Amino acid sequence: MTGSGTLHLTFPSSPLSVRRALQTVVTDLQGFDLEERGTVELVLAEALNNVAEHAYGAGDRGWISLDCTKEPDGLHFRIRDEGRPMPDGVAPMGDPAPLPEALEAMPEGGFGWFLIRDLSRDVCYSRQGDVNELTFRMRIGGAEAGL
Amino acid sequence: MEFDINASDGATIITVQAARIDAAVAIRFKDLMQEATDGLDGRIILDLTQVDFIDSSGLGAIVASMKQLQPGQKLELASLNTNVDKVFRLTRMDTVFPIHNDIRTAVSSHAG
Repeated sequence: MTGSGTLHLTFPSSPLSVRRALQTVVTDLQGFDLEERGTVELVLAEALNNVAEHAYGAGDRGWISLDCTKEPDGLHFRIRDEGRPMPDGVAPMGDPAPLPEALEAMPEGGFGWFLIRDLSRDVCYSRQGDVNELTFRMRIGGAEAGL
Repeated sequence: MEFDINASDGATIITVQAARIDAAVAIRFKDLMQEATDGLDGRIILDLTQVDFIDSSGLGAIVASMKQLQPGQKLELASLNTNVDKVFRLTRMDTVFPIHNDIRTAVSSHAG
């Protein structure tokens, strides 16, 4: 986003490639404060890991493309892949499950979509031909994006 | 990822020597925790001083580590940075684990 205000990355759906992509985005956000960069990194990590783990799956590799654009109302993200569609064609609501009393019943997963929905706005999933597209916006960047 | 393990005042301190507990290392983290906690007794304090990023896979691995503890063992967390602390608060896992500001207060909170 430095200069032109946009960033485009394409990378394989492996955990280490996702990690490198996150580092590229965070490095590009040097103008934002540490906590804002951390929030962007967290939401992107959840969305990209979902693609790697569920759309493609551990035994299946493919490409992930990520676009980030800086707008007056925040950072806009678009993630595309050629993996399997979301179950029932919709992105999970990510409602927080009540935490159980018993430790043995404590969930070890299912937090990803809750974090994405909680920390971003305008989440939209669509299937276009063989391509999954997820778009969302994050209201960061101070007063400029604080509407 | 590696752990540094020290005994202190009746507690065992496991220091995570990595900047990230994420999807790429979640399984390894869980395996290392199983290995590190095997045979220990009492309080186990996970020192996250060096960790500056955790995602839901990493959080899941810490929850899994708690669930695989043996009788008599108790897992506590210490020294969470802002971004790590945020993940615990948002998912309300801060109500599941005792969380200490730093190792010194973690150790002294039960000493004597």
